[in-house]
Amino acid sequence: MIAPDLVDLLWQGFVETAYMVGVATLLSGAGGLLVGVLLILTDRGGLLAAPRLNGLLGLIVNIGRSLPFIILLVAISPFTRAVVGTTIGTTAAIVPLTVSAIPFYARIVEAAIREVGRDVVDAARAMGASRRQIIVKVLLREARPGLVAGLTITVVALIGYSAMAGVIGGGGLGDLALRYGYQRFEDDVMVGTVVLLIVVVQAVQMLGDRVARRLSHR
Amino acid sequence: MIRIEGLRKTFHSRGRPVTAVDGVDLTVAEGEVFGVVGRSGAGKSTLLRCVNLLERPDEGHVTVDGVELTALRDDRLRQARQGIGMIHQHFALLASRTAADNVSFALEVMGVPRRERAVRVAELLDLVGLADRAGAYPAQLSGGQKQRVGIARALASRPRLLLSDEATSALDPDTTGAILSLLRGLTQRLGLTILLITHEMEVVKRLCDAVAIMRDGRFVESGPVAELISRTDSQLARDIFPLGPVPTVPGHLLYDVTLAGTVGDEAFVSRLTRRHDLDVRIVAGAVEQLAATRAGRLRIALPEAAPGLADALGDLRTAGFGVEAAR
Ligand SMILES: Nc1ncnc2c1ncn2[C@@H]1O[C@H](COP(=O)(O)OP(=O)(O)OP(=O)(O)O)[C@@H](O)[C@H]1O
Ligand SMILES: [Mg+2]
Repeated sequence: MIAPDLVDLLWQGFVETAYMVGVATLLSGAGGLLVGVLLILTDRGGLLAAPRLNGLLGLIVNIGRSLPFIILLVAISPFTRAVVGTTIGTTAAIVPLTVSAIPFYARIVEAAIREVGRDVVDAARAMGASRRQIIVKVLLREARPGLVAGLTITVVALIGYSAMAGVIGGGGLGDLALRYGYQRFEDDVMVGTVVLLIVVVQAVQMLGDRVARRLSHR
Repeated sequence: MIRIEGLRKTFHSRGRPVTAVDGVDLTVAEGEVFGVVGRSGAGKSTLLRCVNLLERPDEGHVTVDGVELTALRDDRLRQARQGIGMIHQHFALLASRTAADNVSFALEVMGVPRRERAVRVAELLDLVGLADRAGAYPAQLSGGQKQRVGIARALASRPRLLLSDEATSALDPDTTGAILSLLRGLTQRLGLTILLITHEMEVVKRLCDAVAIMRDGRFVESGPVAELISRTDSQLARDIFPLGPVPTVPGHLLYDVTLAGTVGDEAFVSRLTRRHDLDVRIVAGAVEQLAATRAGRLRIALPEAAPGLADALGDLRTAGFGVEAAR
């Protein structure tokens, strides 16, 4: 029998995780898409070729990618304060989550768009398509299955990162597991959390796979 | 329809310059099918891509239908491109769109309203014989069907000029034949001008009125197919009608005889026999009806000791045959 207070605890943790990951996904999805598209466009031979800008953007993305999340979390706290007014709590956790997921998703977006053949872009140019039309109707549209699959990976990664949000009082399922399970040896909370995390990740992955498959006509 | 003057394009890959097109002049008349042939790396694709400015040439002018494209930029250039169809070796279809929507894409780009698009797409798919596969995605189509979609898409804007880069190289011989027939029919029905790139002599035979042979960025030979073939030094004749290695026929000399156009109607073998008292052996060769003309090349063996030999060869040459010692 599961204790009612355990259910409450798990539910609260789930809501916090869903909130952090949900908002961070929306923001980093948009941000990563933008940065990823810019990486493609500014690349040598791209539609808006600007090798210097491309190099700079790539460097920033790589720095973001190479910092372990826990360090980033602490390192950008002044920025977090500037954005949300505080460095602790669930909302504050969204900032580092987003900041770390943008470069992560940007690289995935870049790779997904690269999969779209050069010849398709050439065909569109030959038809007299504008840059905007090429970006929206060719690059993004053709890359959709990869973009969705990549977003799924990003959400799962965010769920993982969000476990560390407890460090700044962000709460969530991972924090629950750490505080109750690891520090207080309350096995039922630990097990409940882990099971719930597995279920959530599985659900996200299945949903992502299904959408990606529906979009793919290869 | 197309006038190209002094076209040059150099690529710089890893600091090393590669001149892909090195001073090409080219005129394609309205309604003509012009083929450019040549080895891999000769610069054929680059030349073609310079025609609709997918590649901006370093030097030279490109004029299509009276408009100098090399003088245009941005929106004006995009508009000009909308009047030029292009088909691609690997079809370049959008995988996420059905056959119909791929064709429709060309119309979307031009801002044609949805209702009109639907009508026009149906017309185009019908034109290329693919009306029943309108809802299929490219992955569900065969190579030949994909290229039909590519052709329908290229024709969507009612272009008067079609550019084709190896449109049939990814297809098997039967499918190639079907696509070539389709293109030939379309040029006649729609009055299209085509500039095409190919390395397949079959394409030249079935489609081209005029040809240029490209090597290292230059045209080494160009002109109407019939005219090129009747020149004895023509590489084109050799490429279209390869005769293989020269065999040894004891007591005989071997000659390669080229014929094109009305010359081919001469019964030259019996002429040699009757007038010059020669026994003629045909060693290799072919005579075919090409798109441009009837033409062929024959390798014949004539008796070395025959007294009428020199006269006979002169007679053939006078009659308009290309004659040269086989080698
Ligand atoms: N974008 C590019 N950057 C650098 N070099 C290029 C580029 N495009 C073509 N080249 C070079 O230009 C030369 C001509 O290439 P091109 O593709 O025009 O040849 P091609 O005749 O079409 O060959 P193929 O029959 O193999 O298609 C080659 O040496 C090629 O390496
Ligand atoms: Mg080529």
